[in-house]
Amino acid sequence: MKRLQTISGDIMIGVQMDLISEDKLSRLTAMEKIRMILDGVKEGKILVLERGLTPSEEAKLIEMTMTEITPDEFAGIEIESYPSKKNQKLLDKLFRKTVIRTRLTVIGPANQLKTLKKDRDLISALVSSQ
Amino acid sequence: MGLIKKVKKNLSSVFKSIFKKKVARIGIYGPPNAGKTTLANRIIRDWTGDAMGAVSEVPHETRRARRREGVTIESNGSKVTLDIVDTPGLATKIDFHDFMAHGLEEEEAKRRAKEATEGIIEAVKWLEDLDGVILVMDATEDPFTQVNVTVIGNMEARNLPLLIAANKIDLPESSPARIRSAFPQHPMVPISALNGQNIDTLYEEIADHFG
Repeated sequence: MKRLQTISGDIMIGVQMDLISEDKLSRLTAMEKIRMILDGVKEGKILVLERGLTPSEEAKLIEMTMTEITPDEFAGIEIESYPSKKNQKLLDKLFRKTVIRTRLTVIGPANQLKTLKKDRDLISALVSSQ
Repeated sequence: MGLIKKVKKNLSSVFKSIFKKKVARIGIYGPPNAGKTTLANRIIRDWTGDAMGAVSEVPHETRRARRREGVTIESNGSKVTLDIVDTPGLATKIDFHDFMAHGLEEEEAKRRAKEATEGIIEAVKWLEDLDGVILVMDATEDPFTQVNVTVIGNMEARNLPLLIAANKIDLPESSPARIRSAFPQHPMVPISALNGQNIDTLYEEIADHFG
């Protein structure tokens, strides 16, 4: 829980949630995205990515998360995304080219964000104050 | 259209015969406690008479990837030789308190947690060196975990074969149908790695998909 000032000037206590647009994500390299996510989560933020990470970025994020885990300080992340979709046009099929369409992703500190229910098109999560 | 398909198929088989690897390297992946090492042990025992590693109810018992080379599986007239890699369970969080809940002392729990993080890094790195994956899912659990989504996404992005083993069907609460409906695009075999239920069907699928 943090004391935060809203844009209207009010001081409120709560969990900060950053919703990051697809445009912003598309301007970042894989490592920049991962750094932004880990820094945000370690500050206790919940991040919602409009268009999620590619499968290889997700794997890299898991790897980087593991290097930053420290007892009693950072236990890791909770990450939830819808299964990605394959876009294969006729020409792509012919050349065995696969375009993966990533989807909305929610990431937060493992000790604060818990998944309640998840299926192909719904992510239901609980954000605790700590 | 039919002609294009035929040409593509013919070209594909010519390339396959020229460049086909003699041995496919297959990783056994999944979340902690899904039964990966139990399955690896069963496969190795059934086809070589040996064993792969220890199993335990404490999560992250396997903290180093283990490779067993040249395991030949014969099923339904097909024969395939594989290098089998049993990987540590993938996770996005490791809390040493979880190990203490299983009765470990704090120091031991912290050491195990550190080794578990290293094991996960190793498992992620192995993904780049595989020709296919057997993804072991606990059929009593919700299949839409991030680990499953990430492993499947990585295999699909590289057009590599993936076979889902819906494990623990010996337990009454298991529901392989839930896994099938979650990931209908991939072949799935319900099994019990513990008692060998339906394991022959898995061998048929392995020979078919990785051969």
